[in-house]
Amino acid sequence: MGKLVVNKKLLNPQTAEAVIKLCPFGAISYENENLDISSACKMCKMCVRKGGGLIEFIDDIKEIDKSLWKGICVYADCVGNKIHRVTYELCGKAKELSKVTGHPIYAIMIGHNIKKNAEELLHYGVEKVFVYDDIAFSEFRIEPFTAAFCDFIDKIKPSSILVGATNLGRQLAPRVAARRRTGLTADCTVLEMKENTDLVQIRPAFGGNIMAQIITPNTRPQFCTARYKVFAEPKRDKTPHGEIVNMEVTPEMLVSAIDIIDSKNKPKDVDISEADIIVAVGRGASGESICESAKELADLLGGVVACTRPLVESNLFDAKHQIGLSGRTVKPKIIFCLGISGAVQFAAGMKSSDKIVAINSDASAPIFDVAHYCVVGDVNEIVPELIKKIKGDA
Amino acid sequence: MNILVCVKQVPGSNNVEVDPVTGVLKRNGIASKINPYDLYAIETALTLCEKFGGSVECITMGPPQAKAIIEEAVCMGAKYGTVLTDRKFAGADVLATAYTLSQGIKKCGDYELIICGKQTTDGDTAQVGAEVAEYLNIPNVSNVLSIDEVRDNRVFLTASLDEKIVELSVSLPCLISVDGDINTPRLPSYKIKKTLTDNTVKFLTFEDFDDQNPDNYGLTGSATQVERIFPPEKNTQKQNIDGNFAEQSQKLFELLKSEKII
Repeated sequence: MGKLVVNKKLLNPQTAEAVIKLCPFGAISYENENLDISSACKMCKMCVRKGGGLIEFIDDIKEIDKSLWKGICVYADCVGNKIHRVTYELCGKAKELSKVTGHPIYAIMIGHNIKKNAEELLHYGVEKVFVYDDIAFSEFRIEPFTAAFCDFIDKIKPSSILVGATNLGRQLAPRVAARRRTGLTADCTVLEMKENTDLVQIRPAFGGNIMAQIITPNTRPQFCTARYKVFAEPKRDKTPHGEIVNMEVTPEMLVSAIDIIDSKNKPKDVDISEADIIVAVGRGASGESICESAKELADLLGGVVACTRPLVESNLFDAKHQIGLSGRTVKPKIIFCLGISGAVQFAAGMKSSDKIVAINSDASAPIFDVAHYCVVGDVNEIVPELIKKIKGDA
Repeated sequence: MNILVCVKQVPGSNNVEVDPVTGVLKRNGIASKINPYDLYAIETALTLCEKFGGSVECITMGPPQAKAIIEEAVCMGAKYGTVLTDRKFAGADVLATAYTLSQGIKKCGDYELIICGKQTTDGDTAQVGAEVAEYLNIPNVSNVLSIDEVRDNRVFLTASLDEKIVELSVSLPCLISVDGDINTPRLPSYKIKKTLTDNTVKFLTFEDFDDQNPDNYGLTGSATQVERIFPPEKNTQKQNIDGNFAEQSQKLFELLKSEKII
């Protein structure tokens, strides 16, 4: 699929040193008049673009016939016989993508007694739901699910497959992608479609401060995963369209080295580091009534309540609610910081949150340096008012 | 029980940045430390061996400098480790990385269990483990919370599966990925560090592998291709929400709506 080639004519100690400096991963070395690129190379191609021609990228693509692969397919995650909502979000995205190529929208669903779930997808623009239904699929085990998925790929030949980045999807997608020797891009935040049916997959890379645009140019199907709540959930169509296709389940598919002994629903325990929505309180909001309001707000938003260290020390909260260097690191979609001054130790535990809303009466509080939405005001007034509005909206 | 732990050297800092003017990556993405999630995998392996006997071996793919993290694992208690390093492995995506690891693992002798960390802090894909298992044709379980027992050539596990907690048993050999926070990784021992020799870390290259087709490795063996990299939209637009408390709460309410939270 292409390689980096050193243009020997341009190679001298000076040009070598220049590209060595360019490489952000320290992958290039120069020894005995030989330029070497080690396995630290991440193929960012910085050396190609900025190296003045010393290093060239040679594409040696063996063309495949992309027209043999048709359809944008969503893996319908329905563990516990309940469709995971990320599935609907992906259906909405698939519909957008299909507008470019005119490809049909498919879904594949694996489980037991899932007819109702399959029918539900027909309200979300899916044209064909391919169903693998067997009692052996009632609990997730990697080998049978992989076998069914590969059977689907071989028979239907979809061009792109979108999988929700759930615990299940993150095991199943790589396993299937490896078996079909194709590419998989995890946790895409933007998906676009090219006219030649290449799926443009954009995700944070190299640690998160850089975005990478990735394609799977020469294998099919193209696999990607996306996290829950990254894409918008489409409206449910009142009338269903499309059809359900029952797929044959063969005994060979069901072989597994895994025995499920027990499977139970998780108790609802607080884990602030996993939370998407956090309402955090600090010393400036430690009155009993505002703590209650914070909990109420967190409940209304489907989030959890968290706090700074002083509130743990004064026994207002359990230590597992604490954010910061000595507590948990969190990266929710949105975090409300109520009456939090924003010491560096606290900020270190939350500053990578997607949206930071700070409410503090002290306009010079350092929390406003990391916040995206700065509200200078009294939490005791603003929060109850906000709660009232949310309740009125419901 | 012989256990193999897959580890990776990752950048010491996550602050890789693109210069917005020149588009050049700022030079601080060099791998320097052991992926923090791998420490839990190593600790899991060491604890199991203390209970059931056997030894722990580590494997990584990377530049020769990745030797440092193998040594660190040995200082924690692993017996020895292997670095898979070759120019042919450069530019590998998930598919090619997993394939290279699986080829290397086949050269590592007999093992009953392969343990991976949850994910790396630089790639963050959490995909390589499952692909390695596929190439080795062994079962895999991710998000393992505890290893409860090993008997009758099976390992008994508790794993997290989205809304569920699942207890299961898997026949050996198998591959598991453990969640972070499932134990407290021990610190490397200074005493062992003094005993490290040149033989502690083994190096394997392309020539050592069974599959001698170079097209299956590195960039050529990769299915995905990075078209471009670019800085994310900066979050520098700080927005002040002014007004009296009623207006402020109204604006917050609208923000929650536009963010699809309510």
